[in-house]
Amino acid sequence: MTVTWATHEADYFDRSEPSVPGAVVLDEEIAPRAGWSAVVRAGHVFTLVDVGGNQSGDCLVFDAADHAERYSVQATLVAQRNAYLVDGSVLLSNEGNPLMTIVANEVERQDTIGGACSKESNTLRYGHHTRFHHACRENFLLEGAAHGLGPRDLVSNINWFMNVPVEADGTLGIVDGISGPGKRVALRAERDVLVVISNCPQVNNPCNDFNPTPLRVIVTDPGEA
Amino acid sequence: MTTDAVTTDPTIDLGAGRRSGTATLAQARDDARGRADISVEAMPYLPPSSSPHVPAGVDPAALTWAETVAGPGYTHATVARGTRIRLEDVEGDACAHVVVYSALNTAERLNVADTQKIPWQAYLGAGHPLLSGDGRVLATIATDGAGGHHDAFCGVTTLAGNASRYGAGEAHSATAAGRELLRLAGTKEGLEPRDLPPSVSFFKGVRVAADGALEWTGAAGAGASVELIAEMPLTILIANAAHPLDPRDDYTVTPLRVHAWAAAASAPSDPWWSATPERTRAYLNTQQHLLVKGIR
Ligand SMILES: [Zn+2]
Repeated sequence: MTVTWATHEADYFDRSEPSVPGAVVLDEEIAPRAGWSAVVRAGHVFTLVDVGGNQSGDCLVFDAADHAERYSVQATLVAQRNAYLVDGSVLLSNEGNPLMTIVANEVERQDTIGGACSKESNTLRYGHHTRFHHACRENFLLEGAAHGLGPRDLVSNINWFMNVPVEADGTLGIVDGISGPGKRVALRAERDVLVVISNCPQVNNPCNDFNPTPLRVIVTDPGEA
Repeated sequence: MTTDAVTTDPTIDLGAGRRSGTATLAQARDDARGRADISVEAMPYLPPSSSPHVPAGVDPAALTWAETVAGPGYTHATVARGTRIRLEDVEGDACAHVVVYSALNTAERLNVADTQKIPWQAYLGAGHPLLSGDGRVLATIATDGAGGHHDAFCGVTTLAGNASRYGAGEAHSATAAGRELLRLAGTKEGLEPRDLPPSVSFFKGVRVAADGALEWTGAAGAGASVELIAEMPLTILIANAAHPLDPRDDYTVTPLRVHAWAAAASAPSDPWWSATPERTRAYLNTQQHLLVKGIR
């Protein structure tokens, strides 16, 4: 088990604990602005803790044995007939198979339509002066490369703890978060999955309160108390 | 099964009634050639200028692609920058599932999240850019003759989903899944299944309710059309297949018509270029990306 704590601390940080008890398989902290990835075995529960509050954890999920089968926002939303992820939502693959199921969730709704930030899209959204800001797409590419993944494997992702409402006229965007320090989401792996996280380094919108803070990842095996 | 069994089992269909005068190569060749002038509803028109359905105001000589795509069916092409691509819902139940790629580097492809997020608008309509994940415009929806009956949330049906819902979802079935068709289209453009990102759908609408529920708004009706502008050399995959939220018990999809012609890429004089500051920068990024390659 590797524990890498954040390089800075704040008195409001809350590292909480696993949502589902069990033997701790992995307990790591994703430093602000950093990427992270690991295989979560079928049946194990992945808990993500929003340590500092309103810190977007951009997330991609792949079948660990066949990376061509991966999270599909569209298949997932069609199956649940709703644009937001909530407790009980099943993350489906591009072939319509369950990858993970949300088994605990402390945020009213989790985003999966806002996508990841990138150096390139930052130039559209905030101006060309942001070109050299670090971004989630960079983290996805670097973490993915360790697993043989490249730009062709980046698809629309999930943004844990990010808030993206859609208004009646179709206006959509990232607004102030509805999470807080210590809030959690937990997912059970329905098969062996590769989870890739970017602890979003964005400093141009409220997806992390303009203040990147750590995320804690705990994987538990509920079958091994 | 032995050959003897085939020839002696009277229950095996040997094509009875269809085997007429093709015993020799000369006869078979005449028979094959005799079929060529058959005209059906769904087929490509060659040369494109010979299309029986030339869009109003378009010089037939400028056409580069003319085709009616079966429902279910698929088509694909790699087109030049500035190509205008017109999709028409001929009978009112086409559903064009579209993915676009830069033909200069197919790793640059449609990014549906950025396509919705960067314009601050989830619903596709006239002037909406189809953005790549690289901060550039792959194509622009120049005109929308379908009153916004489009969707960027739901994507395509899957083999497993259609097998469960309709009894079959294979590409060769009458209830083909959109993903199966896009897989085939992509393969023929040198792409693999992992190259299929989320897609957008034209001619079937979905809206998001206040509680997040996805609501089906159906089709605009026969004759609805959209026109896309290729902003860079573009590979386009199109599957014409039933929409995943189509509430009808029967798999329903009717022919889709495609016409393309040589025209102009977007310019600062086009209203969508400066519709929002984000879009202006997207076109500027695209323009510079091509400029440095010597493409104008
Ligand atoms: Zn980000």
